Amino acid sequence: MYISKFSKQFSQLAARALGSQLKAPLTSAPRTSCAYLPRNHDFFPLQHGAFFSTTAANASEEGNEEKQKISVTFVDKDGEEQNIKVPLGTSMLEAAHENDIELEGACEGSLACSTCHVIVMDMEYYNKLEEPTDEENDMLDLAFGLTETSRLGCQVIAKPELDGIRLAIPAASRNMAVDGYKPKPH
Amino acid sequence: MAIFRMLKCIQRSFSKVACNRIRICIVGSGPAGFYTAEKILKAHGGAEVDIIDRLPTPFGLVRSGVAPDHPETKIVTNQFSRVANDGRCSFFGNVLLGSSISLSELRAMYNAVVLAYGAESDRVLGIPGEGLAGIYSAREFVWWYNGHPDCSSLSPDLKSTDTAVILGQGNVALDVARVLLRPLEELATTDIACHALAALQESNIRKVYLVGRRGPAQAACTAKELREILGIKGLRIHIQEADLRISTEEEVELKSNRIRRRVYELLSKAATSSPNNLTSHQRDLHFVFFRRPDIFLESKDRSGHVAGVHFEKTIVKDTDSGMQMAVGTEQFEDLKCGLVLKSIGYKSIPVEGVPFEPHKGTVPNVGGRVLNDVKGDFIEFEKGLYVCGWLKRGPTGIIATNHHCAEETVANIIEDINEGVISSSISLPGREGLLQLLANKNVNVVPFSAWGKVDAEEKTRGSLKNKPREKLTTWKELLRVALG
Repeated sequence: MYISKFSKQFSQLAARALGSQLKAPLTSAPRTSCAYLPRNHDFFPLQHGAFFSTTAANASEEGNEEKQKISVTFVDKDGEEQNIKVPLGTSMLEAAHENDIELEGACEGSLACSTCHVIVMDMEYYNKLEEPTDEENDMLDLAFGLTETSRLGCQVIAKPELDGIRLAIPAASRNMAVDGYKPKPH
Repeated sequence: MAIFRMLKCIQRSFSKVACNRIRICIVGSGPAGFYTAEKILKAHGGAEVDIIDRLPTPFGLVRSGVAPDHPETKIVTNQFSRVANDGRCSFFGNVLLGSSISLSELRAMYNAVVLAYGAESDRVLGIPGEGLAGIYSAREFVWWYNGHPDCSSLSPDLKSTDTAVILGQGNVALDVARVLLRPLEELATTDIACHALAALQESNIRKVYLVGRRGPAQAACTAKELREILGIKGLRIHIQEADLRISTEEEVELKSNRIRRRVYELLSKAATSSPNNLTSHQRDLHFVFFRRPDIFLESKDRSGHVAGVHFEKTIVKDTDSGMQMAVGTEQFEDLKCGLVLKSIGYKSIPVEGVPFEPHKGTVPNVGGRVLNDVKGDFIEFEKGLYVCGWLKRGPTGIIATNHHCAEETVANIIEDINEGVISSSISLPGREGLLQLLANKNVNVVPFSAWGKVDAEEKTRGSLKNKPREKLTTWKELLRVALG
């Protein structure tokens, strides 16, 4: 993926400006700028909070700022691509929402739904991810259009090895009347 | 990127401004209703969406169906609340279709009406003794512990018996079993209704049978719910190892069906593993396969009350359609119990003026467009009438299923707008007309802001008890707080 130095810096500045704006009203977001929503205190915190907390130190690219972010491309159901910079430690669900990418997140990353299903487009990158937990697999069971390289966006956390990862957001539309309805035998 | 975002934003707002006003009413404020609203608002900048619900509270089964110990699943209400707070969207609770307002009145006031009122009734077995006391549908029981105002006085007797039989092995069956078996202290900090918590505190139920007509290779639950119940503290799991033997055909099917395979693997593992951390409060959960309820047995001591279920043993056979059906063997077996919960499926209730398929319990539709008539190859649709959710595709699936379901219905609504099937040029009374009509009929409409009062009151009461909320469980109290 080629991104010019200029646009890289530009987008970083923009993202930082945006990030600080969005971060401001949030007091409870644990580590990243979880910008899309104030977290509901009634519910459990993000379960991936502890993952990859040291990866930032291992990054070995360019300047300080560069170390903090990786390049991620989302491909929507119409094939339209959007490249974003994702801070290390941020989940793909949070990153998508911060960048106005339409990825559902009904349970806000608490591993209780399958709506942030993404498909890792290259097996090479898929293999760089930690194995999904039983709990993630339980949710993937229910995802539409499951593939061999499917993951939940909330469980894919930015780390240096994932720089350049491409994630497809599966097409949701299917004819429910025909293949979505399973009559129960009686 | 910022410029790109800005351009996209400008582009969007232009396309919105250019649109004519379209007034759409959605009946039902559960996941199907709210996802439909969200998608209409996104897809059409001129759409004005009103959601009506018969309850004073929004969110349908997210509030009254999702188990109290699944708070993460209810987080989606944050998203739905943002939809309801959109300037082009309104919620009107305490409005009952067919009573407060008829469907024909509604259709006359809106460009389009989307029925998304779900399934508020139950399938029945149709076997002798089904009317005995102590037999409930799982839906009623779920509504009871979730504080639905229609079932707050159900008062199931959990004291006179130590055994409950649950018919069905889907996720709802597992939910009710879990609520019956889970240590009380784990439920005490959920939003479970206080009357249910009190009843469970005094419950003598120690043994629960989860009974299915077919085998472990056909179990209808999902791995998450199964894993959860298998992990309950102090619970001994009973599964007959003989039941786990599967045919070559079943083996082949399990290979291609990820959900069923993982469920089967969990059951197999549970059958062979030793019980974990059993305490003195030990309870038992029996998975019973290959049993079809034949007759409900009446108690000799307590007239009119259930004392057990007479089951016919079954075997599973492949049908021509590739489905595995349970077939009776004419061998019978009884299970004694004092409580029966039938978790064999929900059913939608028809409303006047809508075609209905009583067998399927759905409104006939193609992609959410309501069918009026089919004459050979000619399909006629009800103009401006749509369905979404369980009413459209039957009572199966999870919350997220409605996301896809709504996407399909909304795509067809938008297509009908673009092709002029739904006309946006005629000015219809819409929201103002609806509110006027309801005012004339003395209906006390509960807007979303009034739900906010209920929400706040429930959270305040809950905080005193270390619960996320203490639900208001009667119509009287809900309306008093909402309209007070």
